[in-house]
Amino acid sequence: MNRTIGTATRVLKQLRHDHRTMDLLMMVPVLLMALISWIFPKPVFDHIGLAMLGIFPFITMFLVTSISTLRERQSGTLERLLSMPLRKFDFIIGYQLAFAVLSLVQSVLAVGVAVWLLDLQFSGPKWMAILVAMSVAQLGTALGLALSALAQTEFQAVQFLPAVIIPQLFLCGLAIPRDQLNDVLRPISDVLPLSYAVDVLNGVSDEPTLSSQTWEKFGVIWAFVVGFIVIGSLTLKRRSI
Amino acid sequence: MASISVRDLTVERGPNVVLAGFSVDIEPGRLTGLVGPSGGGKTTLMRSIVGVQRIVSGEVTVLGEPAGSMSLRHKVGYLTQSPSVYGDLTVRENLEYFAQVLGVDATRIPLVIDTVELNHRASARVSSLSGGERSRCSLGIALLGQPPVLVLDEPTVGLDPVLRRDLWALFRRLADAGNTVLVSSHVMDEAERCDHLLLLRDGRLLADEGIPSLLARTHTTNVEQAFLALIDGAAA
Repeated sequence: MNRTIGTATRVLKQLRHDHRTMDLLMMVPVLLMALISWIFPKPVFDHIGLAMLGIFPFITMFLVTSISTLRERQSGTLERLLSMPLRKFDFIIGYQLAFAVLSLVQSVLAVGVAVWLLDLQFSGPKWMAILVAMSVAQLGTALGLALSALAQTEFQAVQFLPAVIIPQLFLCGLAIPRDQLNDVLRPISDVLPLSYAVDVLNGVSDEPTLSSQTWEKFGVIWAFVVGFIVIGSLTLKRRSI
Repeated sequence: MASISVRDLTVERGPNVVLAGFSVDIEPGRLTGLVGPSGGGKTTLMRSIVGVQRIVSGEVTVLGEPAGSMSLRHKVGYLTQSPSVYGDLTVRENLEYFAQVLGVDATRIPLVIDTVELNHRASARVSSLSGGERSRCSLGIALLGQPPVLVLDEPTVGLDPVLRRDLWALFRRLADAGNTVLVSSHVMDEAERCDHLLLLRDGRLLADEGIPSLLARTHTTNVEQAFLALIDGAAA
Protein backbone atom coordinates (compact mmCIF):
# COMPACT_ATOMS: atom_id res chain seq x y z
CA MET A 1 0.00 0.00 0.00
CA ASN A 2 2.90 2.33 0.83
CA ARG A 3 4.32 1.81 -2.60
CA THR A 4 1.01 2.60 -4.28
CA ILE A 5 0.58 5.83 -2.33
CA GLY A 6 4.26 6.64 -2.78
CA THR A 7 3.83 6.30 -6.54
CA ALA A 8 0.72 8.52 -6.50
CA THR A 9 2.54 11.15 -4.44
CA ARG A 10 5.51 11.04 -6.78
CA VAL A 11 3.30 11.55 -9.87
CA LEU A 12 1.60 14.51 -8.18
CA LYS A 13 4.96 16.01 -7.17
CA GLN A 14 6.12 15.79 -10.79
CA LEU A 15 3.04 17.67 -11.93
CA ARG A 16 3.28 20.19 -9.09
CA HIS A 17 6.72 21.22 -10.34
CA ASP A 18 5.16 21.88 -13.74
CA HIS A 19 3.14 25.00 -12.95
CA ARG A 20 1.97 25.67 -16.46
CA THR A 21 0.52 22.19 -16.91
CA MET A 22 -1.26 22.50 -13.58
CA ASP A 23 -2.71 25.89 -14.54
CA LEU A 24 -3.90 24.53 -17.88
CA LEU A 25 -5.43 21.42 -16.31
CA MET A 26 -7.42 23.49 -13.85
CA MET A 27 -8.32 26.54 -15.91
CA VAL A 28 -9.02 25.19 -19.40
CA PRO A 29 -12.23 23.28 -18.47
CA VAL A 30 -13.54 26.36 -16.67
CA LEU A 31 -12.80 28.65 -19.60
CA LEU A 32 -14.27 26.24 -22.14
CA MET A 33 -17.39 25.96 -20.01
CA ALA A 34 -17.69 29.75 -20.06
CA LEU A 35 -17.24 29.73 -23.83
CA ILE A 36 -19.98 27.12 -24.27
CA SER A 37 -22.36 29.11 -22.08
CA TRP A 38 -21.68 32.13 -24.25
CA ILE A 39 -22.18 30.29 -27.58
CA PHE A 40 -25.36 28.35 -26.85
CA PRO A 41 -28.81 29.47 -25.74
CA LYS A 42 -29.69 28.49 -22.18
CA PRO A 43 -31.53 25.14 -22.66
CA VAL A 44 -28.84 23.86 -25.05
CA PHE A 45 -26.11 24.97 -22.64
CA ASP A 46 -27.76 23.02 -19.82
CA HIS A 47 -27.59 19.88 -21.95
CA ILE A 48 -24.17 20.26 -23.57
CA GLY A 49 -22.53 21.92 -20.57
CA LEU A 50 -23.27 18.99 -18.30
CA ALA A 51 -22.02 16.49 -20.86
CA MET A 52 -18.82 18.51 -21.29
CA LEU A 53 -18.19 18.26 -17.54
CA GLY A 54 -17.79 14.54 -18.15
CA ILE A 55 -15.79 14.83 -21.35
CA PHE A 56 -13.04 17.27 -20.30
CA PRO A 57 -11.55 15.03 -17.60
CA PHE A 58 -11.57 12.08 -20.01
CA ILE A 59 -9.51 13.97 -22.59
CA THR A 60 -7.11 15.75 -20.24
CA MET A 61 -6.37 12.73 -18.05
CA PHE A 62 -5.98 10.54 -21.13
CA LEU A 63 -3.36 12.87 -22.58
CA VAL A 64 -1.45 13.52 -19.37
CA THR A 65 -1.31 9.82 -18.50
CA SER A 66 -0.32 8.58 -21.93
CA ILE A 67 2.52 11.09 -22.16
CA SER A 68 3.79 10.53 -18.61
CA THR A 69 3.71 6.73 -18.80
CA LEU A 70 5.31 6.84 -22.24
CA ARG A 71 8.11 8.90 -20.68
CA GLU A 72 8.49 6.27 -17.95
CA ARG A 73 8.78 3.57 -20.57
CA GLN A 74 11.38 5.55 -22.52
CA SER A 75 13.51 7.02 -19.74
CA GLY A 76 14.08 3.61 -18.17
CA THR A 77 12.36 4.55 -14.91
CA LEU A 78 9.61 1.99 -15.52
CA GLU A 79 12.15 -0.77 -16.13
CA ARG A 80 14.06 0.29 -13.03
CA LEU A 81 10.88 0.23 -10.93
CA LEU A 82 9.93 -3.21 -12.22
CA SER A 83 13.38 -4.52 -11.28
CA MET A 84 12.59 -3.36 -7.73
CA PRO A 85 9.99 -4.71 -5.31
CA LEU A 86 7.20 -2.70 -6.96
CA ARG A 87 4.13 -4.58 -8.17
CA LYS A 88 2.45 -3.62 -11.42
CA PHE A 89 -0.61 -2.93 -9.28
CA ASP A 90 1.34 -0.32 -7.29
CA PHE A 91 2.36 1.43 -10.48
CA ILE A 92 -1.06 1.49 -12.14
CA ILE A 93 -3.14 2.23 -9.06
CA GLY A 94 -0.59 4.88 -8.11
CA TYR A 95 -1.32 6.65 -11.37
CA GLN A 96 -5.07 6.16 -10.95
CA LEU A 97 -4.96 7.64 -7.44
CA ALA A 98 -2.84 10.62 -8.48
CA PHE A 99 -5.25 11.51 -11.25
CA ALA A 100 -8.25 10.89 -9.01
CA VAL A 101 -6.96 13.66 -6.74
CA LEU A 102 -6.28 15.91 -9.70
CA SER A 103 -9.65 15.28 -11.31
CA LEU A 104 -11.42 15.92 -8.00
CA VAL A 105 -9.95 19.41 -7.86
CA GLN A 106 -10.52 19.92 -11.59
CA SER A 107 -14.17 18.87 -11.53
CA VAL A 108 -15.04 20.67 -8.30
CA LEU A 109 -13.73 23.83 -9.96
CA ALA A 110 -15.54 23.17 -13.25
CA VAL A 111 -18.85 22.16 -11.66
CA GLY A 112 -18.61 25.03 -9.18
CA VAL A 113 -18.06 27.63 -11.88
CA ALA A 114 -20.69 26.07 -14.17
CA VAL A 115 -23.36 25.94 -11.49
CA TRP A 116 -22.68 29.09 -9.45
CA LEU A 117 -21.35 31.50 -12.04
CA LEU A 118 -22.79 30.27 -15.34
CA ASP A 119 -26.10 29.04 -13.95
CA LEU A 120 -25.89 25.53 -15.41
CA GLN A 121 -29.11 23.78 -14.38
CA PHE A 122 -29.74 20.06 -13.97
CA SER A 123 -32.18 18.00 -11.91
CA GLY A 124 -29.78 15.50 -10.34
CA PRO A 125 -27.46 16.07 -7.38
CA LYS A 126 -24.35 18.25 -7.87
CA TRP A 127 -22.08 15.69 -6.22
CA MET A 128 -23.15 13.17 -8.86
CA ALA A 129 -21.80 15.46 -11.60
CA ILE A 130 -18.48 15.54 -9.74
CA LEU A 131 -18.52 11.78 -9.17
CA VAL A 132 -19.15 11.11 -12.87
CA ALA A 133 -16.41 13.57 -13.86
CA MET A 134 -13.97 11.75 -11.56
CA SER A 135 -15.00 8.35 -12.88
CA VAL A 136 -14.49 9.51 -16.44
CA ALA A 137 -11.07 10.83 -15.43
CA GLN A 138 -10.25 7.33 -14.17
CA LEU A 139 -11.33 5.99 -17.54
CA GLY A 140 -9.02 8.43 -19.35
CA THR A 141 -6.11 7.51 -17.07
CA ALA A 142 -6.55 3.75 -17.49
CA LEU A 143 -6.97 4.02 -21.27
CA GLY A 144 -4.00 6.39 -21.59
CA LEU A 145 -1.74 4.04 -19.66
CA ALA A 146 -2.77 1.02 -21.74
CA LEU A 147 -2.42 2.84 -25.07
CA SER A 148 0.96 4.34 -24.17
CA ALA A 149 2.39 0.86 -24.81
CA LEU A 150 1.49 1.24 -28.49
CA ALA A 151 3.28 4.55 -28.91
CA GLN A 152 7.00 4.76 -29.57
CA THR A 153 7.13 8.55 -29.56
CA GLU A 154 5.23 11.40 -27.96
CA PHE A 155 4.03 12.43 -31.43
CA GLN A 156 2.35 9.05 -31.81
CA ALA A 157 0.85 9.26 -28.33
CA VAL A 158 -0.74 12.61 -29.13
CA GLN A 159 -2.20 11.18 -32.34
CA PHE A 160 -4.23 8.73 -30.28
CA LEU A 161 -6.41 11.67 -29.32
CA PRO A 162 -7.97 12.11 -32.80
CA ALA A 163 -7.81 8.35 -33.39
CA VAL A 164 -9.37 7.12 -30.16
CA ILE A 165 -11.16 10.02 -28.48
CA ILE A 166 -12.73 12.05 -31.27
CA PRO A 167 -14.80 9.18 -32.76
CA GLN A 168 -16.18 8.64 -29.26
CA LEU A 169 -17.14 12.32 -29.08
CA PHE A 170 -19.18 11.96 -32.27
CA LEU A 171 -20.84 8.72 -31.20
CA CYS A 172 -21.41 9.34 -27.49
CA GLY A 173 -24.76 11.06 -27.97
CA LEU A 174 -23.53 14.61 -27.71
CA ALA A 175 -23.87 15.42 -31.43
CA ILE A 176 -26.90 13.23 -32.17
CA PRO A 177 -28.86 11.29 -29.52
CA ARG A 178 -27.63 7.70 -29.56
CA ASP A 179 -31.04 6.20 -30.39
CA GLN A 180 -31.08 8.22 -33.61
CA LEU A 181 -27.80 6.74 -34.87
CA ASN A 182 -28.09 4.32 -37.81
CA ASP A 183 -27.99 0.54 -37.40
CA VAL A 184 -24.25 0.31 -37.95
CA LEU A 185 -23.21 3.17 -35.68
CA ARG A 186 -25.61 2.43 -32.85
CA PRO A 187 -23.96 -0.88 -31.83
CA ILE A 188 -20.55 0.75 -32.14
CA SER A 189 -21.58 3.52 -29.79
CA ASP A 190 -22.84 0.81 -27.41
CA VAL A 191 -19.33 -0.51 -26.89
CA LEU A 192 -17.58 2.84 -26.44
CA PRO A 193 -17.04 3.93 -22.85
CA LEU A 194 -17.75 7.63 -23.38
CA SER A 195 -21.31 6.79 -24.51
CA TYR A 196 -22.06 5.54 -21.01
CA ALA A 197 -20.60 8.67 -19.44
CA VAL A 198 -22.91 10.85 -21.52
CA ASP A 199 -25.88 8.54 -20.79
CA VAL A 200 -25.24 8.87 -17.07
CA LEU A 201 -24.91 12.64 -17.34
CA ASN A 202 -28.19 12.78 -19.29
CA GLY A 203 -29.68 10.93 -16.34
CA VAL A 204 -28.16 13.48 -13.95
CA SER A 205 -29.67 16.19 -16.16
CA ASP A 206 -33.23 14.83 -16.11
CA GLU A 207 -33.68 12.72 -12.97
CA PRO A 208 -33.92 14.39 -9.53
CA THR A 209 -33.24 10.95 -8.03
CA LEU A 210 -31.14 8.77 -10.27
CA SER A 211 -32.90 5.79 -11.84
CA SER A 212 -31.55 2.28 -11.63
CA GLN A 213 -30.72 2.37 -15.37
CA THR A 214 -28.49 5.38 -14.77
CA TRP A 215 -26.74 3.59 -11.91
CA GLU A 216 -26.26 0.54 -14.15
CA LYS A 217 -24.62 2.70 -16.76
CA PHE A 218 -22.45 4.22 -14.07
CA GLY A 219 -21.42 0.66 -13.25
CA VAL A 220 -20.54 0.11 -16.92
CA ILE A 221 -18.10 3.05 -16.79
CA TRP A 222 -16.31 1.36 -13.91
CA ALA A 223 -16.31 -1.98 -15.71
CA PHE A 224 -14.45 -0.23 -18.55
CA VAL A 225 -12.02 1.28 -16.03
CA VAL A 226 -11.26 -2.17 -14.60
CA GLY A 227 -10.94 -3.64 -18.11
CA PHE A 228 -8.46 -0.97 -19.21
CA ILE A 229 -6.47 -1.41 -15.99
CA VAL A 230 -6.16 -5.13 -16.73
CA ILE A 231 -5.05 -4.41 -20.30
CA GLY A 232 -2.63 -1.78 -19.00
CA SER A 233 -1.10 -4.25 -16.55
CA LEU A 234 -0.50 -6.68 -19.42
CA THR A 235 1.54 -4.01 -21.21
CA LEU A 236 3.92 -3.66 -18.25
CA LYS A 237 6.60 -6.25 -18.91
CA ARG A 238 9.42 -6.91 -16.51
CA ARG A 239 11.46 -8.49 -19.27
CA SER A 240 11.90 -6.88 -22.66
CA ILE A 241 13.92 -7.54 -25.80
CA MET B 1 31.01 -19.60 -4.05
CA ALA B 2 29.90 -17.61 -7.08
CA SER B 3 27.13 -15.13 -6.37
CA ILE B 4 26.19 -14.78 -10.04
CA SER B 5 26.15 -17.82 -12.24
CA VAL B 6 25.47 -17.67 -15.97
CA ARG B 7 24.96 -20.95 -17.82
CA ASP B 8 24.83 -21.26 -21.64
CA LEU B 9 23.19 -17.87 -21.95
CA THR B 10 21.86 -17.05 -25.41
CA VAL B 11 20.11 -13.81 -26.27
CA GLU B 12 18.92 -12.86 -29.73
CA ARG B 13 17.48 -9.59 -30.93
CA GLY B 14 15.76 -10.06 -34.26
CA PRO B 15 18.24 -11.84 -36.52
CA ASN B 16 21.23 -10.83 -34.38
CA VAL B 17 22.81 -13.07 -31.79
CA VAL B 18 23.68 -10.72 -28.95
CA LEU B 19 24.99 -13.30 -26.50
CA ALA B 20 26.18 -16.52 -28.04
CA GLY B 21 25.67 -19.11 -25.36
CA PHE B 22 28.44 -18.70 -22.79
CA SER B 23 28.85 -19.47 -19.13
CA VAL B 24 30.55 -17.42 -16.46
CA ASP B 25 30.68 -17.22 -12.68
CA ILE B 26 31.07 -13.95 -10.83
CA GLU B 27 32.42 -14.00 -7.28
CA PRO B 28 31.53 -11.79 -4.34
CA GLY B 29 34.21 -9.77 -2.54
CA ARG B 30 35.97 -8.64 -5.64
CA LEU B 31 35.66 -5.98 -8.26
CA THR B 32 34.74 -7.55 -11.58
CA GLY B 33 35.14 -5.45 -14.70
CA LEU B 34 33.09 -6.11 -17.80
CA VAL B 35 34.91 -4.68 -20.79
CA GLY B 36 34.90 -4.85 -24.54
CA PRO B 37 33.91 -2.90 -27.63
CA SER B 38 30.48 -1.28 -27.67
CA GLY B 39 27.84 -3.50 -29.21
CA GLY B 40 29.63 -6.52 -27.75
CA GLY B 41 26.81 -7.49 -25.40
CA LYS B 42 27.89 -5.90 -22.10
CA THR B 43 24.58 -4.20 -21.40
CA THR B 44 22.62 -7.29 -22.49
CA LEU B 45 24.59 -9.49 -20.08
CA MET B 46 23.93 -7.01 -17.26
CA ARG B 47 20.23 -6.85 -18.08
CA SER B 48 20.09 -10.64 -18.04
CA ILE B 49 21.66 -10.69 -14.57
CA VAL B 50 19.17 -8.10 -13.32
CA GLY B 51 16.34 -10.10 -14.91
CA VAL B 52 14.92 -7.50 -17.26
CA GLN B 53 16.25 -9.11 -20.45
CA ARG B 54 14.19 -11.62 -22.37
CA ILE B 55 16.55 -14.53 -22.93
CA VAL B 56 16.36 -17.29 -25.56
CA SER B 57 17.98 -20.07 -23.62
CA GLY B 58 20.28 -20.70 -20.71
CA GLU B 59 20.09 -19.89 -17.06
CA VAL B 60 21.14 -17.00 -14.86
CA THR B 61 21.10 -17.33 -11.09
CA VAL B 62 21.93 -14.64 -8.57
CA LEU B 63 22.55 -15.58 -4.92
CA GLY B 64 21.10 -18.99 -5.77
CA GLU B 65 17.80 -17.66 -7.12
CA PRO B 66 16.73 -17.30 -10.76
CA ALA B 67 17.59 -13.79 -12.01
CA GLY B 68 14.70 -11.37 -11.64
CA SER B 69 12.98 -13.32 -8.80
CA MET B 70 10.88 -11.30 -6.39
CA SER B 71 13.26 -12.19 -3.56
CA LEU B 72 16.17 -10.63 -5.49
CA ARG B 73 14.55 -7.30 -6.09
CA HIS B 74 15.87 -5.91 -2.80
CA LYS B 75 19.26 -7.48 -3.31
CA VAL B 76 20.37 -6.35 -6.75
CA GLY B 77 21.23 -2.70 -7.38
CA TYR B 78 21.22 -1.84 -11.06
CA LEU B 79 22.56 1.28 -12.70
CA THR B 80 21.46 1.65 -16.32
CA GLN B 81 23.73 3.31 -18.83
CA SER B 82 21.47 6.32 -19.39
CA PRO B 83 20.29 7.70 -16.05
CA SER B 84 16.85 6.32 -15.10
CA VAL B 85 15.65 9.16 -12.92
CA TYR B 86 12.74 11.58 -12.95
CA GLY B 87 13.93 14.83 -14.53
CA ASP B 88 10.99 16.79 -13.14
CA LEU B 89 11.75 15.85 -9.53
CA THR B 90 14.63 17.06 -7.36
CA VAL B 91 17.53 14.76 -6.45
CA ARG B 92 16.09 14.30 -2.96
CA GLU B 93 12.56 13.63 -4.23
CA ASN B 94 13.91 10.98 -6.61
CA LEU B 95 15.73 9.26 -3.75
CA GLU B 96 12.69 9.56 -1.46
CA TYR B 97 10.46 7.83 -3.97
CA PHE B 98 12.86 5.00 -4.76
CA ALA B 99 13.56 4.55 -1.03
CA GLN B 100 9.84 4.07 -0.53
CA VAL B 101 9.69 1.54 -3.38
CA LEU B 102 12.66 -0.36 -1.93
CA GLY B 103 11.31 -0.13 1.60
CA VAL B 104 14.53 1.59 2.70
CA ASP B 105 14.58 3.84 5.73
CA ALA B 106 14.64 7.56 4.88
CA THR B 107 17.77 8.02 7.02
CA ARG B 108 19.74 6.40 4.15
CA ILE B 109 18.92 9.29 1.83
CA PRO B 110 21.36 11.94 3.16
CA LEU B 111 24.09 9.30 3.39
CA VAL B 112 23.62 8.33 -0.24
CA ILE B 113 23.51 11.97 -1.37
CA ASP B 114 26.81 12.41 0.44
CA THR B 115 28.31 9.27 -1.14
CA VAL B 116 27.57 10.41 -4.68
CA GLU B 117 28.67 13.97 -3.76
CA LEU B 118 25.43 15.72 -4.63
CA ASN B 119 24.95 17.63 -1.35
CA HIS B 120 25.03 21.02 -3.04
CA ARG B 121 22.49 19.87 -5.65
CA ALA B 122 20.07 17.87 -3.47
CA SER B 123 17.22 20.36 -3.91
CA ALA B 124 17.82 20.94 -7.62
CA ARG B 125 15.52 19.52 -10.24
CA VAL B 126 17.33 16.62 -11.99
CA SER B 127 16.58 18.09 -15.43
CA SER B 128 18.73 21.11 -14.48
CA LEU B 129 21.76 18.95 -13.57
CA SER B 130 24.77 18.19 -15.75
CA GLY B 131 25.05 14.75 -17.35
CA GLY B 132 27.57 13.60 -14.76
CA GLU B 133 25.40 14.80 -11.86
CA ARG B 134 22.38 13.06 -13.31
CA SER B 135 24.21 9.76 -13.59
CA ARG B 136 25.41 10.13 -10.00
CA CYS B 137 21.81 10.65 -8.90
CA SER B 138 20.96 7.44 -10.73
CA LEU B 139 23.90 5.69 -9.04
CA GLY B 140 22.63 6.91 -5.69
CA ILE B 141 19.36 5.08 -6.30
CA ALA B 142 21.25 1.87 -7.06
CA LEU B 143 23.12 2.23 -3.74
CA LEU B 144 20.05 3.11 -1.63
CA GLY B 145 19.14 -0.36 -0.46
CA GLN B 146 22.76 -1.40 0.21
CA PRO B 147 22.28 -4.36 -2.10
CA PRO B 148 24.81 -7.22 -1.85
CA VAL B 149 24.92 -7.38 -5.66
CA LEU B 150 25.67 -4.25 -7.68
CA VAL B 151 25.42 -4.20 -11.46
CA LEU B 152 26.73 -0.90 -12.77
CA ASP B 153 26.60 -0.13 -16.47
CA GLU B 154 29.24 2.50 -17.33
CA PRO B 155 28.92 4.39 -14.02
CA THR B 156 31.80 6.77 -14.67
CA VAL B 157 31.04 7.99 -18.19
CA GLY B 158 31.32 11.77 -18.50
CA LEU B 159 32.80 12.28 -15.03
CA ASP B 160 35.88 14.30 -14.28
CA PRO B 161 39.03 12.47 -13.10
CA VAL B 162 38.58 13.38 -9.44
CA LEU B 163 35.05 12.02 -9.30
CA ARG B 164 36.04 8.93 -11.24
CA ARG B 165 38.79 8.23 -8.74
CA ASP B 166 36.37 8.71 -5.83
CA LEU B 167 33.75 6.44 -7.33
CA TRP B 168 36.25 3.69 -8.07
CA ALA B 169 37.43 3.98 -4.46
CA LEU B 170 33.79 3.51 -3.45
CA PHE B 171 33.38 0.44 -5.66
CA ARG B 172 36.59 -0.94 -4.15
CA ARG B 173 35.25 -0.44 -0.60
CA LEU B 174 31.94 -2.10 -1.53
CA ALA B 175 33.74 -5.09 -3.04
CA ASP B 176 36.14 -5.38 -0.11
CA ALA B 177 33.13 -5.44 2.22
CA GLY B 178 32.06 -8.70 0.55
CA ASN B 179 29.57 -7.43 -2.01
CA THR B 180 29.48 -8.54 -5.61
CA VAL B 181 30.38 -5.58 -7.80
CA LEU B 182 30.15 -5.85 -11.58
CA VAL B 183 31.15 -2.70 -13.44
CA SER B 184 31.20 -2.23 -17.18
CA SER B 185 33.51 0.17 -18.89
CA HIS B 186 35.04 0.75 -22.26
CA VAL B 187 37.98 2.67 -20.80
CA MET B 188 40.98 0.44 -20.32
CA ASP B 189 42.65 2.37 -17.52
CA GLU B 190 39.49 1.70 -15.52
CA ALA B 191 39.78 -2.00 -16.28
CA GLU B 192 43.18 -1.91 -14.55
CA ARG B 193 41.45 -1.06 -11.27
CA CYS B 194 39.49 -4.34 -11.27
CA ASP B 195 40.43 -7.65 -9.62
CA HIS B 196 38.92 -9.73 -12.34
CA LEU B 197 38.07 -9.02 -15.95
CA LEU B 198 35.48 -10.31 -18.38
CA LEU B 199 36.12 -9.40 -22.00
CA LEU B 200 33.05 -9.59 -24.15
CA ARG B 201 33.18 -9.16 -27.92
CA ASP B 202 30.43 -9.97 -30.44
CA GLY B 203 28.52 -11.86 -27.76
CA ARG B 204 31.46 -14.14 -26.92
CA LEU B 205 33.55 -14.22 -23.79
CA LEU B 206 37.22 -13.79 -24.76
CA ALA B 207 38.62 -13.52 -21.26
CA ASP B 208 37.51 -14.43 -17.74
CA GLU B 209 40.49 -14.03 -15.44
CA GLY B 210 42.58 -11.79 -13.19
CA ILE B 211 44.93 -9.21 -14.64
CA PRO B 212 48.25 -11.07 -13.98
CA SER B 213 46.99 -14.20 -15.72
CA LEU B 214 45.62 -12.16 -18.62
CA LEU B 215 48.96 -10.39 -19.13
CA ALA B 216 50.93 -13.62 -18.87
CA ARG B 217 48.69 -15.46 -21.32
CA THR B 218 48.88 -12.70 -23.94
CA HIS B 219 52.57 -11.83 -23.31
CA THR B 220 51.68 -8.16 -22.88
CA THR B 221 52.38 -5.51 -20.26
CA ASN B 222 49.06 -3.75 -19.92
CA VAL B 223 45.37 -4.51 -20.21
CA GLU B 224 44.84 -2.52 -23.39
CA GLN B 225 47.54 -4.46 -25.23
CA ALA B 226 46.18 -7.71 -23.85
CA PHE B 227 42.73 -6.96 -25.24
CA LEU B 228 44.03 -5.96 -28.61
CA ALA B 229 46.00 -9.22 -28.71
CA LEU B 230 42.91 -11.25 -27.79
CA ILE B 231 40.65 -9.42 -30.24
CA ASP B 232 43.19 -9.75 -33.08
CA GLY B 233 43.65 -13.39 -32.17
CA ALA B 234 39.89 -14.01 -32.21
CA ALA B 235 39.53 -12.26 -35.56
CA ALA B 236 42.34 -14.28 -37.15
